[in-house]
Amino acid sequence: MSPAEIRAAVIDILETIAPDEDLSNLDDAKEFRDQMELDSMDFLDIVMELRKRYRVQVPEEDYENLVSMGSTVSYLEPKMADIPAE
Amino acid sequence: MALTHHQYSPPILPRIVLTGIGLTSPNGNDLATHRAALLNGKSGVQDYEIRYVGKTLAGVCDYDALKHQNRREVRRGTRAGSIAIYSCNEAVIDSQIDWGAIDKSRVGIYMGVTEHGNVETENEVYELSQFDYDISVWNHFHNPRTVANNPAGEAALNMGITGPHYTLGAACAAGNNGLIQGAQMLQLGQCDIALAGGVSESIHTFGIFASFKSQGALAEHTDPIKASRPFDKARNGIVVSEGGCIYTLERLDDALARGARIYGEIVGHCINTDATDFVLPNPERQSECIGLALQRAGITPQDVDILSTHATGTLSGDIQEISALRRVFDPECKVSINNTKSFIGHCMGAAGALELAGNLPSFTDNVCHPTMNVDELDEDCSINGLVLNEAKQLENVEYIVNNSFGMLGINSTVVIKKFVP
Repeated sequence: MSPAEIRAAVIDILETIAPDEDLSNLDDAKEFRDQMELDSMDFLDIVMELRKRYRVQVPEEDYENLVSMGSTVSYLEPKMADIPAE
Repeated sequence: MALTHHQYSPPILPRIVLTGIGLTSPNGNDLATHRAALLNGKSGVQDYEIRYVGKTLAGVCDYDALKHQNRREVRRGTRAGSIAIYSCNEAVIDSQIDWGAIDKSRVGIYMGVTEHGNVETENEVYELSQFDYDISVWNHFHNPRTVANNPAGEAALNMGITGPHYTLGAACAAGNNGLIQGAQMLQLGQCDIALAGGVSESIHTFGIFASFKSQGALAEHTDPIKASRPFDKARNGIVVSEGGCIYTLERLDDALARGARIYGEIVGHCINTDATDFVLPNPERQSECIGLALQRAGITPQDVDILSTHATGTLSGDIQEISALRRVFDPECKVSINNTKSFIGHCMGAAGALELAGNLPSFTDNVCHPTMNVDELDEDCSINGLVLNEAKQLENVEYIVNNSFGMLGINSTVVIKKFVP
């Protein structure tokens, strides 16, 4: 998957987890928490969805990488590079 | 000498009244719609399909969950929690209590359920099976979804209620039992407002359908609306339904002080136990339950105007309940006897509370809604007073008695009196 495809995949997960949020103007440089309502349970859901959909494991010590869209995509890039785009 | 209830006289307790009703049923999401459906023969049973069982029938609710929850809350919570939230909010709105102004630590929730956790556990195990039973995909929300207090707890969370919340497991008697405990806690002064009744999400667990099927007690019919037919000769089992019904209960003095509309007064109730079988009912214990509820209400069988039966449409259960009624009511009694499940199926944990709600408008219109789908009355279910297929105009309705029974031999009866200021 390319970074753009990974971003689209994360957006898709966010739409499931936070269905009340408008994600159309999400700023990749800003923290998720500053732009939308996400609590610690939601972050666990993001990790779970990555595991279920792409078999990507995000260990707890790496959770800090999921703070913004930009950092999430950078973190996932090596882990998801070999996954074919859907 | 052993102490019995006959020897113990409780102190005079505060009078408890019903001042709000919030409900969702397969044929209506508020009392007026539900009542109109009961008077117009509108069923809520439809074709339904569920994992492993395949095509079957069920009573499905179509309330607007987003009226009181956002989509994230619906996704996180359980169906029972969502039904509880809808019903509790609607009960408060209906009561016209100034919700913003009241002390939420003085509100209690007393919510009956038949079962809880089956739906969520089945879903999670199914999901697990799709991932080769890799336990790392097990949802971190499984525990808060399946704790036994979930439905009442979700309602408390949604509404900011910080008083006590109870979810009461009482099989299919649960709706009545929630109501009874709410009334008792008001009498004990544990709360000033009780949100009490029952909810059910049971149509989302295949296990309940499969178990009734194995037991030979799952209704089948080519026409869904004819499937639930208590007392009819061709009845062949239960239609499983979901639903919720919560009452706002208050002490009479409080209700009068704020000029509340009063639907009726809880004047008597009884919960007892068969202690004879896992599944099969015991008419002797059922009749004792009804009799004791009437005694506590200070009335006789001759005083009862409407009796709402529990009958579920099983071959033996319906006969047993009628047998219990014959022990209590002699043929000269004026009582009119009806059944709600013939319209909406068996709403399980909500059944007791819902079946009472649909009868409460009789205090004002003096009409007894019928039991539908009785094309040929089973002689063994025959008793004077059965109101079949068409509503019956009565002269005056002063007392309504509501039966609700459940597995493991739990019986409950509630007596409601018309409130006259």
